[in-house]
Amino acid sequence: MCTMIATQIKVAGSGKAGNGWFPLGEANVSYDHPFEAPFEHALSLDFVNEALGPSARVSVELDVASARQLVETITAILAKADRGGYIVD
Amino acid sequence: MQYATNQYEGMIAETIVIPGHNGDPIGAYVARPLGPGPFPAIVVIHHMPGWDEWYREVTRKFAHHGFIAISPNLYHRAGHGIPEDIAVQVRATGGVPDDQVVGDVAGALAYAVAQPTCTGKVAVFGTCSGARHAYLAACRAPGFAAIINCWGGRVTMEPQELSPNQPVAPVDYTKDLACPVLGIFGEEDSSPTVAQVALLEQALIAHGKTYEFHMYPAAGHGFFYYDRPAYRQAQAMEGWKNIWAFLAKYVG
Repeated sequence: MCTMIATQIKVAGSGKAGNGWFPLGEANVSYDHPFEAPFEHALSLDFVNEALGPSARVSVELDVASARQLVETITAILAKADRGGYIVD
Repeated sequence: MQYATNQYEGMIAETIVIPGHNGDPIGAYVARPLGPGPFPAIVVIHHMPGWDEWYREVTRKFAHHGFIAISPNLYHRAGHGIPEDIAVQVRATGGVPDDQVVGDVAGALAYAVAQPTCTGKVAVFGTCSGARHAYLAACRAPGFAAIINCWGGRVTMEPQELSPNQPVAPVDYTKDLACPVLGIFGEEDSSPTVAQVALLEQALIAHGKTYEFHMYPAAGHGFFYYDRPAYRQAQAMEGWKNIWAFLAKYVG
C-alpha cells in the first residue's frame, strides 16, 4: 500500500473469471503498484464479489493514458445511449 | 555468505502459526539454518502485493546467510487465497491498521527470540509498505537490534495522508527508535522521493540516531525485484552487499 489511493464502490453486473461468470458485488479502484503491468504505478480495477471469497475477481491494470481514455469512452457511450433513449433510470 | 563446497549446509523452511496482535493466531513463514547455532534472527515484513513468493525466497535467503528468518502474514485476518487476491481485498479496505502491524511484528520478534538456537539479536527487514511497517515496528516494538528500510514509502507523511488505519507518520516515532537504520533507496523512486528520504534523514540526525543510507542512481522503486521491469542488477547486488555488511556489524 505505498500510495493508499484506493476506494471501493458497490456495483451490479457480472464478471467472467477463470471459472466462468459470477455476480459482481463490488469494484475496487486504486492507483498503486500493479501486480503484473510493467509500470511503477497503475490504475487498477478489481471487480469482485466479497461474499464469494477473494478468488471471485476480475482485474485490469492500466497505464494512466489508457485509464483516462477509458473513462472518457464510458462517459461518451453512456451519453450516446442516453440521447438515444436507451437508458431508463 | 559463501559456503565452501565441502561444508555442510541445510535449512528448514515451513509455515507455522504464531500469536500476533492481541494474541490473534496469524500465519508465518520460517526458514532457519540447521545446526546448533547460535544464529541471529530477522523478521521479514512483506510488501503491498502480499505474503508472496518473492518474500518466501527472501526469507530463505536470510536463512542461507545464517539467520533464523520469520515472515509474518500481515494480511492473515483478510482471509485466504492466492496472495494477490488477498492483497487486493486489503488495499480496498484502507490497508492493515498500524497498531495491528506492530503487534503482529512483535509476535514474530518474540517467536524468534524464544528459539533455543537464537542469539537473541533480531533485525527487521521490509520493502515498500513492508519497510514502512518495519520502521514503525522498530520504533514501537522494543527489542530490535537493527532495521533495514528498503524504499519504504510514506514513512514521512503529509497530514492529509493520515487515516484511521495510519494515524501517525512513522517518522514521528523516530525519537523512540533504539537501533541502527540501514536505508536502501533509488534516485528515481516516486515513493519515497529523494526529498522524502532527506526528511527522514533529518529526523534521524535530529534525534541522534545511528543510520546508513544508500541512494542508488538509475534505480527506482523496487529495484531488487528480479521479476519486475524495475529490477536493476548492479544496484541490487550492491544493495545486498550493503545489507550483509550492515547485519554483520550490528546483528552478528
